[in-house]
Amino acid sequence: MRRRREKWLALTRTPVGAVSTVLVLAVLALAILGPVLWGHRASVVDTDAISRGPSDTHWMGTDGLGRDIFYRVLVATRLSVELALLATAIGVVAGTVLGTAPSVLPRWAGRLVAAIVNIAVAFPGLLLALFFAVIFGVGTKGAVLAIGFATAPAFARLAQTMAAGVAGRDYVAAARVAGVGRFRVLVRHILPNIGDPLVVNATIGAGDALLSFAALSFLGIGVQAPSYDWGRLLGEGLDRIYINPAAALAPGVAVVIAGLAFNLFGESAAAVIGLRAHSARIGLRPALLPREDVPDRDDGADAGLSAPVLAVQNLQVAFPGRDGWTTPVRGVTFTVRAGEAVGVVGESGSGKSLTVLAAARLIERPGQVSADQLEFAGTSLLNTPERELRSLLGTSLAMVFQDPMTSFNPTLRVGRQLAEVSEQHQGLGRRAAFARAVDRLRAVQVPAAQRRARQYPHEFSGGMRQRAMIGMGLMGDPRLVIADEPTTALDVTVQRQVLRLLARVRADTQAAILLISHDITVVAQTCDRILVMYAGRIVEDLPTAELYTSSRHPYTRALLDAVPDLDTDRHAPLTVIPGRPPEPGQLPAGCAFAPRCPFTDERCRENDPALARIGTAHRVACWHPLATETEHPVREVAVAGGARE
Amino acid sequence: MTSVTVRPGPIAGVLDNPWMLFATRRLGRLVASLWVLGTAAFLMIHLIPGDPVRSSLGLTAPVELVSARRKALGLDDPLPTQYWHYLKGVFTGDFGVSMSSNLPVSQIIGDRLPATMLLAVLAFVVVVVVSVPLGAAMAVLTRGGRRRGTELAFTSSSVLLAAIPPFLLAVGLVYLFGVHLRWLPVAGRSGLDSYVLPVASLAIGPIAVLARIVRVEMLAVLGNDFIRTARAKRLPARLIYARHALPNAMTATLTLCGLLLTGLVAGTVLVENVFAWPGLGSTIVQSIQAKDYPTVQGIVLVYGIGVLVVNLVVDVLLAVLDPRSTIREA
Repeated sequence: MRRRREKWLALTRTPVGAVSTVLVLAVLALAILGPVLWGHRASVVDTDAISRGPSDTHWMGTDGLGRDIFYRVLVATRLSVELALLATAIGVVAGTVLGTAPSVLPRWAGRLVAAIVNIAVAFPGLLLALFFAVIFGVGTKGAVLAIGFATAPAFARLAQTMAAGVAGRDYVAAARVAGVGRFRVLVRHILPNIGDPLVVNATIGAGDALLSFAALSFLGIGVQAPSYDWGRLLGEGLDRIYINPAAALAPGVAVVIAGLAFNLFGESAAAVIGLRAHSARIGLRPALLPREDVPDRDDGADAGLSAPVLAVQNLQVAFPGRDGWTTPVRGVTFTVRAGEAVGVVGESGSGKSLTVLAAARLIERPGQVSADQLEFAGTSLLNTPERELRSLLGTSLAMVFQDPMTSFNPTLRVGRQLAEVSEQHQGLGRRAAFARAVDRLRAVQVPAAQRRARQYPHEFSGGMRQRAMIGMGLMGDPRLVIADEPTTALDVTVQRQVLRLLARVRADTQAAILLISHDITVVAQTCDRILVMYAGRIVEDLPTAELYTSSRHPYTRALLDAVPDLDTDRHAPLTVIPGRPPEPGQLPAGCAFAPRCPFTDERCRENDPALARIGTAHRVACWHPLATETEHPVREVAVAGGARE
Repeated sequence: MTSVTVRPGPIAGVLDNPWMLFATRRLGRLVASLWVLGTAAFLMIHLIPGDPVRSSLGLTAPVELVSARRKALGLDDPLPTQYWHYLKGVFTGDFGVSMSSNLPVSQIIGDRLPATMLLAVLAFVVVVVVSVPLGAAMAVLTRGGRRRGTELAFTSSSVLLAAIPPFLLAVGLVYLFGVHLRWLPVAGRSGLDSYVLPVASLAIGPIAVLARIVRVEMLAVLGNDFIRTARAKRLPARLIYARHALPNAMTATLTLCGLLLTGLVAGTVLVENVFAWPGLGSTIVQSIQAKDYPTVQGIVLVYGIGVLVVNLVVDVLLAVLDPRSTIREA
């Protein structure tokens, strides 16, 4: 009960919530006090001032009988609010009865009620209100009933949806199994659980009812003279709008303010009880963290190597979160050379996808990318404007994404989506570009390419879609193909086809490949070199040939151990890495892997090891790299690493 | 759909086609709705407490007149007979005779319907033409937490405008442009400028609502994988937004358009009364006040059919634009 009160108090903490609470309270106070305080002044007839504009004595003027408009508007608050609340109450009660009836009535009767509610919901409330107004007759009573019944279908639909949600829950099922009667289940279990949302929607509904009532009274179907509510005052005022505009505007403004107060109050309450989402605030971007990771190789020392296609140094990606900025990529340094196939492995959340997206300049606001160096084909991607990079990146950098189903636009034909590239970057006409698209589809072994090019993505199979995606990358002349988990969404046989196709593309075009996967065996099959990522950093970089024999980082070893092979004892549980990777916002002070590592000591917990070179093409970030072919940490290397401090 | 496909025979063959299944289903719903509507309109007169003719003609009317009028309206027949006559009449375009003007109701409707339809359609066109580009532009400008000020101004002004019902907006516009500035006529239907204020009063609220929805939809679409693909192709921004994002944001928008259009139909009733517009809306209110029940019955039926037709058109359009939605529904 106390938590509930706190929840409602939270309503007043947002600016809109606070304002609307004050407004609703003011409207209610005015409704209670208005007639008591000013009832007399609102009805007194000033024969000297009939149908006058604003003056000292009547600062909003007078009506046709010389009565003061200002006080009449204030006094009308009570009747307007009273009638709106009454109509809402009728609507909520009738709606709840109609909406929950299907769960109590026999099946056929329940379906009939639900069907009629569904038809009635399609009609606008005002038309329903007019319909009922005819039946219940012109006048206050008729209008209350009319608006009440007109809002009932909407509440019935709401109650029906929510009751259906609650009825599916375990405790309701349990109560049913225990033999509790339908009516009892409704009263004891369902109604209390849909109470909060119903009250909130009733508040919003009260605002709507207020407006509807004003509409009916304005049309002369609601409140009749000598009684008056805002709608009636508005109707009378409109006839004299040329003489005294205030007579029409004042009640109109009153209706809008009161209606808005109830609506906003309800909406704020909905946000508080969790019916609506609310957005987070974003602070300032974080400063670039310094990193002392070594580059892969010294360019001078390895003159025999081909030129880098992609050179990345201290790449960081940050996103604003609920509690400030998080940095899921915390300084990554690597290069991809022409024709090379490099794999990136790591658990989900290790930052591997963000790393390559950042390298391809595909991180969008509010994400922030920073780096000491980010070069593609010798062109810096850091500060060059997008316009100048468009044709270079559009033709030389191909992207293949994880889920080929969602990565194609569902409303455009596949051929068209490929052809766009050539139209945009190679100056081809619509027809020539389409012909090239068909040719490229053929090149990636899409059967009946001519016909397939005219189909929509949902008419393709998963593997064919992924091949088409690779074909899209081949529309240009790619020097680097970035494939981000290209096989994760596909089944095993199709995986092999796609990986083979990537290998063939590499052989045919001499394009470098950057392959991201959480599956270390997929990467080992396809790539020359492997980058192992953990918690936003590269923890080991080594040639594939050395992976099974001389990987040094405990995390790489753990990944390898977790892969079952033919010798794995099928009766023993699968090997797993204990624990979970840290959330980007809650990184430990030292090595991010320390909490899950069997070799952790004090230093691991306090200092984060930099990526250090331990061989010509081998880098590792660990205080205690494992010795080759052994499970024990090697102290000498650890000391060598420590000397770098 | 599975229950249909396992059934053998020619019908199963026809219903296997998702389009046929969709058409059958949708037509069934339309017929059911029409029946409920017709029955409701028929029952309306019989649900009125007391004698509708007596209450229409007034307490002072002679008994002979009342009974003659009852006879003419067929109110003395047994209920099922009346029901049958009513439905038959509706099908042949015979909605009865007005109790106040003695004109056939179908003629009154024929006279007044075009003015109302023109008003609703014009307002709807204005709504779509303004709100779709506005909402899309707002999405592009404010995505990823940019231009918080613009976003706040847009959201709060659209919330405010959406909360003002069309007839109050109409009163405000009448004051501003009719009384204060004296730019535009405030009553009647004569010439192009007489359309401006009624159409604006009807359109402004829905524009605020629809632009907000378009913005939200557009933001959701811009978060999709295929937008990233389009960006990976390095297409210029205008192509990404116009060719890849906007068409995909239209399905939810269209669903809402249907709701807005039916809401517009209701809005015309009030706006017509503010501007003394010679349409169905002013007629139905006069008829309700005059207790001219056959006319009310006929106009209620026309409004109801209008709403059903709008819903049907929206459903068909949705099915054409997004074939997956039909399959999902089936």
